[in-house]
Amino acid sequence: MTPLLSVSNLRVSFGRNPLENEVVRGVSFDLAAGETLAIVGESGSGKSVTALSINRLVDFGGGKIISGTINLARTGNSILDLAQASEPVLEKIRGSEIGMIFQEPMTSLNPVLTIGTQIEESFRLHRGLTGKQATAAAKDALDRVRIPDAARRLKYTPNQLSGGMLQRVMIATALACNPRLLIADEPTTALDVTVQAQIMALLAELKRETGMAMIFITHDIGLVAGIADKVMVMQAGEAVEQGALGDVLDRPQHPYTRHLLSAVPHFESGRAARSDYARGQSEMTSPALRVDGLTVRFKVAGGVFRRSPGSVHAVENIDFDLMPRETLAIVGESGSGKSTTARAILGLVHPTSGGFSTHTGRIAEATDPSVQMVFQNPYASLNPRLRIDSILAEPVIAAGGRVNGETRAKMAALLKRVGLPENCLERYPHQFSGGQRQRLCIARALVLNPSIVVLDEAVSALDVSVQAKVLELLVDLQREYGLAYLFVSHDMAVVERIAHRIAVLYAGEIVEIGDAASVLSNPQHSYTKRLISAVPSIDRRNQHFELDTRQVPSLVRPPGFEPPVAQWRSFGPDHRARAEV
Amino acid sequence: MSYLTRRLSTFPLVMLGVSILVFVAIRMVPGDAITAMLGTEAGLLTPAQREALANYFGIDQPIAVQYWHWLLGVFRGDLGISVTYGKPVLGVILERFPLTLQLALMSMCVALLVGLPAGVFAATRNEKMSDLAVRIFAMIGQSTPNFVVGLLIIYALSAGFGILPTMGEFTPLLVDPLRNLGQMILPAVTLGFAFAASVTRISRSAMLDVLSDDYVRTARSKGVPKRSVIWRHALPNALIPVVTLSGVEFGYLLGGAVLVEQIYALPGLGRLVLDAILQRDYALVQGCVLFIAFNFMVVNLIVDLVYVALDPRIRLGEGG
Repeated sequence: MTPLLSVSNLRVSFGRNPLENEVVRGVSFDLAAGETLAIVGESGSGKSVTALSINRLVDFGGGKIISGTINLARTGNSILDLAQASEPVLEKIRGSEIGMIFQEPMTSLNPVLTIGTQIEESFRLHRGLTGKQATAAAKDALDRVRIPDAARRLKYTPNQLSGGMLQRVMIATALACNPRLLIADEPTTALDVTVQAQIMALLAELKRETGMAMIFITHDIGLVAGIADKVMVMQAGEAVEQGALGDVLDRPQHPYTRHLLSAVPHFESGRAARSDYARGQSEMTSPALRVDGLTVRFKVAGGVFRRSPGSVHAVENIDFDLMPRETLAIVGESGSGKSTTARAILGLVHPTSGGFSTHTGRIAEATDPSVQMVFQNPYASLNPRLRIDSILAEPVIAAGGRVNGETRAKMAALLKRVGLPENCLERYPHQFSGGQRQRLCIARALVLNPSIVVLDEAVSALDVSVQAKVLELLVDLQREYGLAYLFVSHDMAVVERIAHRIAVLYAGEIVEIGDAASVLSNPQHSYTKRLISAVPSIDRRNQHFELDTRQVPSLVRPPGFEPPVAQWRSFGPDHRARAEV
Repeated sequence: MSYLTRRLSTFPLVMLGVSILVFVAIRMVPGDAITAMLGTEAGLLTPAQREALANYFGIDQPIAVQYWHWLLGVFRGDLGISVTYGKPVLGVILERFPLTLQLALMSMCVALLVGLPAGVFAATRNEKMSDLAVRIFAMIGQSTPNFVVGLLIIYALSAGFGILPTMGEFTPLLVDPLRNLGQMILPAVTLGFAFAASVTRISRSAMLDVLSDDYVRTARSKGVPKRSVIWRHALPNALIPVVTLSGVEFGYLLGGAVLVEQIYALPGLGRLVLDAILQRDYALVQGCVLFIAFNFMVVNLIVDLVYVALDPRIRLGEGG
C-alpha cells in the first residue's frame, strides 16, 4: 500500500545564499493514512520548517525547497509531488487535504473577523457552501470540538475567548473539510497544562473519529508518548533517529535521543523531588521570608456615570513561610495569581491587605537588597544597549553603593561561578545564547548577596536541555550561598526538580501546600489532582482524558465581597489542603 | 452612547480655551483694524476721530470686557460682524465652507484611491523593483511642496496639451456640477498628491507588519487565495494607522489650503482666514478659528468611531 505522505531527502534553505543557510538537510519519512508521526526537537532543529514545507507555507517565510520530493497520495490513487506543485494547486490542497494548527491560538486567528466567518471560509472555499448552509456547517464544526453553546459563539471575535477555546476553534477550522492529514505545530505549548490535556484528548478523539493522519511537532518528548505511533527526532536539520514510539522511547539508539530522554526534566510523580533539606532539622532558625494574609485586589474601572463593578481578587489571603536554604515552588495556571504574589513580594505591586517580612524586618519598598529576582524571558530582561559590566553594576548603584575594584572583582567571580568566561564583562547581551543570558540574570541577582531570590518562570523560556543545566546551577548556588528560593512556575516537571515545598494556587488562593514529595505523589485537593494528572509523562502512554469544558472561574467580585474563611485539613507533618465544600 | 455624550460634552470646554487663546493672540499682533483699513491715512485721523472709530469697533475697551461681550454674543448665536465684509461672521464662513469641505473630501478620495492600492501593492512585492519604485515616488510626493506640484500641473497641462484649468468665478457643485468638478479636480489632485504619498508609505509599512502575522499564515493554511489573503484578512488589520493619518490630514484640509486656493483662485476658508488676519478683522478671525477647531474635534470623534467599526478589540468609554 502506498503511504499517504512520503517525504524523501527534503532540503530546505533560507535567504539569498541557499547552500549556506540550509535549515533542513535531507529529511525522509513515510506516513500512512490514520497514523501519527511526532517530530521532536529543540528550537532551531528544523522541525517546524519541515512541517511548513509539506503544505509549502515555508515559501511565504522566505524559505525555498532546494531538493527532495514530498509525495502526497490523493483520492483516486494519483500522486502529487508537493515540492513541485504550483501555487494554485497548493491553494486547493491546503485546508481541504492538509489542515494545520499552530502554536499560538491567541494570535493565529484574525482579530477583526468573527470566528464563525473564519470557520465558514473553509467551507466556502473548498465545499462551495454559502449563506445558511455555511453557517450551519460552521456550527457543526464547533460542536465537533465540543465548544458549548456553539451557535452563539459563532458571532464572537477571538478576543472574547480564552486560549484553550481559541485552540479548539483553530482545530475546528483546520478540520472543517475533513483533511486526511493534520499538521499540528506545537499546538499546546502556549496553553496551561490542564488545557493542554484537554486539547490532546480532543485531538486523539478526533483522530479516532475521522481516521486522519497527523504530524505532531513538539519539543516535549513527554507529550509524544500520549499520542504518537511513530517518532522522528531532529537535531540541526537532520533526522537523527526515527522509529516506532516504543522503540524510540525505550531503546533509543542515537546519543541525542538518549540525551533528550535523560537530561530533560520529566515528571515522575514526586519520586524525583529533592531530599537535601527537611524542615524539622533546623527548627531553630527563623524564616527568611514570612507572608501573612497577603491580599492583592485590583479595582475594575467603571465609567464616569457607572459605578465600579467590583475588584479582581488576584491574590487572596495567602500565608506561607520560607526558610533559608529552602525552595518553595508556587505552581498554578495562568490567572491563578502566582505572578502577582511574586510581584507583591518584590514590592512591584502594593498589597491590598496583609504583608510579609524578611529576617531583616518588614519590607517597605522594592529597595530591600536581600530580595532579588530573575524573570522569565532572558531576551527581554537585559537592556540590549548596556554592556554586561554595567548590567551587573546596576543593582549596586540602585542600592546606593559605589562601583569600585571590589565590585568588579565580585562581578568577575560571579560570572565564573555561573559558568561564563570572565571576558564577558565587555560584551553586550546579544552576544549570548538564551541559556547564557539567564545565567547573566542569575549573576545579576546575586551581586548584592541576597538571602531570597524570586524566580518567576525562570527556565520556562529556555530549551529543554538548557533548562536542566540552569536548574542544576540554581541548586548548586542555593547550597553554596544558603539562598532561599521562591520559584514560580507552571511546569510540574521543573518544579519537581527544584522544590522542597510546593504551594498550589488556584483562582488567587492557596489550595494545597506541603513538602514536594508528598504533594506530588499524594495530592489531596481536587484541583491539584487534576493538575498533576494532566502533566504529560513518558510513563503514562496513551492515557485517556475525559473531556472537560469547565473554565477558570471569574475573579471579579462585587464591591465589599469577602471570601469565606478557609478550612484546612492536614495530611501529614507538612502537607495540608483546603477543605472543599 | 454614553461615550458619545461624554465626548460631545468636552467640545464647549475646548472651544472656550481656543477662543481665549485666539482672542488674546490676535490682539498682541501690532496694528489694529483702523490702521489695517485706512493704511497710512490712519495717521491723518485726529485723536477724537480715532477714538470714535475705536469705540465703533468696540476695541477701546479692555480685552476681558471685549471677550465677555463677544462670549455673550456667541451664546445668542451671534459670532459678530465682519468688518471687511460688513456681514455676520457665521454667514461669511458658511459661504466659503462648502468649497473647502468639497476640496478636502476630494483630496482624501484621491489620496486613498491612489495611496492604499499603491501601499498594498508595494508591501506584497517587498524589496522588489516595483516596491522600490513606489517608495521613491512616495518619497518625492511627500517632500514636494504642494504649490510646486500645483504649478507643475498647470504648466504641464498648458504647455503639453494646451489645456488651461477652468478658472473664473467659482461655481458651487449644486449649481453646475460639471463646471464645478472642472474647477475642483486639479486643486484636489494637487492637494491629494502629498496626502497620497503619506498614505502609501503608512499603508505599506502597516501591511508589511500584518502580512507576517500569525493569522495571515492561518488563512494561507486554509487555502485562501492570495488576493483574498491580502484584501480580506490583512488589509482590515492594517487600516488603523491609515485612518489615524487620514483623520489628521483631513482635519488640516478643513482649515483651508491657502497656497492651493491662491494658485487656482478658489475662494476657500484658507484665504478667508489669511485675509481676515491681514485686515485685523478680529471677529472674523475669531469665528474662523473656532469653526476650524470645531471641525477638528468632529473629525477626531469620527476617527474614533471608525476605529471601533474596524477593530472589535477596541471598546470606547471603558477604563483601562
